Amino acid sequence: MKNCEYQQIDPRALSVSPSSAENHIGKRSQRPRRKWEVFPGKNRFFCDGRLILARQNGVLPMTLVLIVVTCGLFFAFDCPFLVEHLTVFIPVIGGVLFVFVIISLLRTSFTDPGILPRATPDEAADIEKQIDTSGSSSYRPPPRTKEVLINQQVVKLKYCFTCKTFRPPRTSHCSLCDNCVERFDHHCPWVGNCVGKRNYRFFYSFIVSLSFLTSFIFGCVITHITLRSQAGKSLIQAIQESPASVVELVICFFSIWSILGLSGFHTYLIASNLTTNEDIKGSWSSKRAGEEYGNPYSYNSIITNCCATLCGPMPPSLIDRRGWLPLEEMIPTASTSEMELPTFVAKNDAHMCTQSTKGMLGRVVRSLDFHELCPPGTPKTTPMGPEGSSSVALSAQPSASVSCAPQPTLQSVVTPCPHFSRINKRDSLHSTNPAFRLASPSPSLSRAGFVLEDAPEVSFVPLP
Amino acid sequence: MNMGNALYLPTCLCDPPQFHNLQELRHSASLANKVFIQRDYSEGTTCRFQTKFPSELESRIEKTLFEDTVKTLNNYYAEAEKIGGQSYLEGCLACTTAYLIFLCMETRYEKVLKKIAKYIQEQNEKIYAPRGLLITDPIERGMRVIEISIYEDRSSSGSSSGSSSVSSSTAR
Repeated sequence: MKNCEYQQIDPRALSVSPSSAENHIGKRSQRPRRKWEVFPGKNRFFCDGRLILARQNGVLPMTLVLIVVTCGLFFAFDCPFLVEHLTVFIPVIGGVLFVFVIISLLRTSFTDPGILPRATPDEAADIEKQIDTSGSSSYRPPPRTKEVLINQQVVKLKYCFTCKTFRPPRTSHCSLCDNCVERFDHHCPWVGNCVGKRNYRFFYSFIVSLSFLTSFIFGCVITHITLRSQAGKSLIQAIQESPASVVELVICFFSIWSILGLSGFHTYLIASNLTTNEDIKGSWSSKRAGEEYGNPYSYNSIITNCCATLCGPMPPSLIDRRGWLPLEEMIPTASTSEMELPTFVAKNDAHMCTQSTKGMLGRVVRSLDFHELCPPGTPKTTPMGPEGSSSVALSAQPSASVSCAPQPTLQSVVTPCPHFSRINKRDSLHSTNPAFRLASPSPSLSRAGFVLEDAPEVSFVPLP
Repeated sequence: MNMGNALYLPTCLCDPPQFHNLQELRHSASLANKVFIQRDYSEGTTCRFQTKFPSELESRIEKTLFEDTVKTLNNYYAEAEKIGGQSYLEGCLACTTAYLIFLCMETRYEKVLKKIAKYIQEQNEKIYAPRGLLITDPIERGMRVIEISIYEDRSSSGSSSGSSSVSSSTAR
């Protein structure tokens, strides 16, 4: 029973990329698609993938409206009076700050925060193998953590069940966006995006410039009202003359504290090279881990930490959003993933599902001969069974004769493991229809011909 | 365990086929296995890969050649992520323009990434493809791994490759 718990990670799901193998036939006639159109995370894309945003971004318009309305009121009702009585620089400074705030906000919202792409099926299978071999013989499933040494300090890496990888250090999975984000700070609903490695500097410039802008407007509005009330009128009269100032005053009064606090907090985080996530969890706090354990990522100098976080090299986006999906290579990738998936499945369940491996191997052979070579009218003699695993490999060669005919005996193998039966059922749904097989010429036929022409040139390199 | 591995052709038994062209390799050989070189985090979160030689490649490539490649890649990434005068200048300049300059300027990181792509292409053509191997640029795998695909010649089933493919082409 040891491994059925283990099946909580459905190996089948590993191959569930957005362009799943099942419907690749139908996709072949479609227009070429870009990668953002099939991106698995909960994100929205604009301008053909140039801009990225979290799917839940309802607060971002509110942030924008709040900033624009406050500044609009300020420029419309306070600035004329202040220019007249004080200086023309007030609207100039306000305008510069406003533009800076808006640009920073939009840069934060529409930049990829440092999303790690999910593991390819092959990579995930490799990690599964590593976990399996390193696991002890106990009845528990092996722990899905990995320990690495970072700057002489042990750091635990957790396995991400969604992305099928061990999360690199400082990476965390954002549940709202459903992505692993490098140097994850937090998911900010106000900017409608995660804040991570790639947009932290934009976020910081946003909150710092916003705190300047808010303080500036707050100060100017107070000056405005004071000047009006000093001109021989009461405070009530001054307010009645410029009611917009009261609105600005209220908005600024309530937002300034949180914005100033946030700026101060992030300044502290940058100076000590921490993320909000690490600070909340107290990952490196001395109370929890003892005196000698500090933050392993810190450069031990406030200035270096600031420069590294804010002025360090800008890392590239790892999700190639505007790249094209490979149309031709879809079929080979599908067949390799199908071929490799049973590898560790068969391994895991070797004790209890021996019978079903027959079906699995049959399935592999069928998927192989379907995808790889389907010479019309070749007779079939492929032995099956656990010992037939070598024939799986052999069947990839033109010399071994493999047929395209369905094999009803193998498909109807009764499997004790529900997992396998499901796979077989699903598989038989789409790959054993003889009409389908005959009607759709295998796209690899041309490739097979290519192989035959090229093969005589193949020679061997002796190894030293 | 055994069954799992038996699905692949045992690499040590077959001589590696020689290919002169990457496209040729992709089309005429079947993918047998993939080796993943993991990241080395011992010096922090900067991009570095482990230089440990994977046992799957033992029959294919000399250890020194492999280590050279990984070390060169590590040096390139170190160059890209180096924190120093130039990166500070770039960062400060970007900050004063509200980071708008990133929209039209190519950062140093991107320049190095182009160099890396070129280097990998070159290494594939010169060293890896003739041995039936192919490196995938780490940027395509989220910088988590260097993926090395091991290819098998489709017609190397014990008999010599030339004769078996000739016989099958005549049968066609």
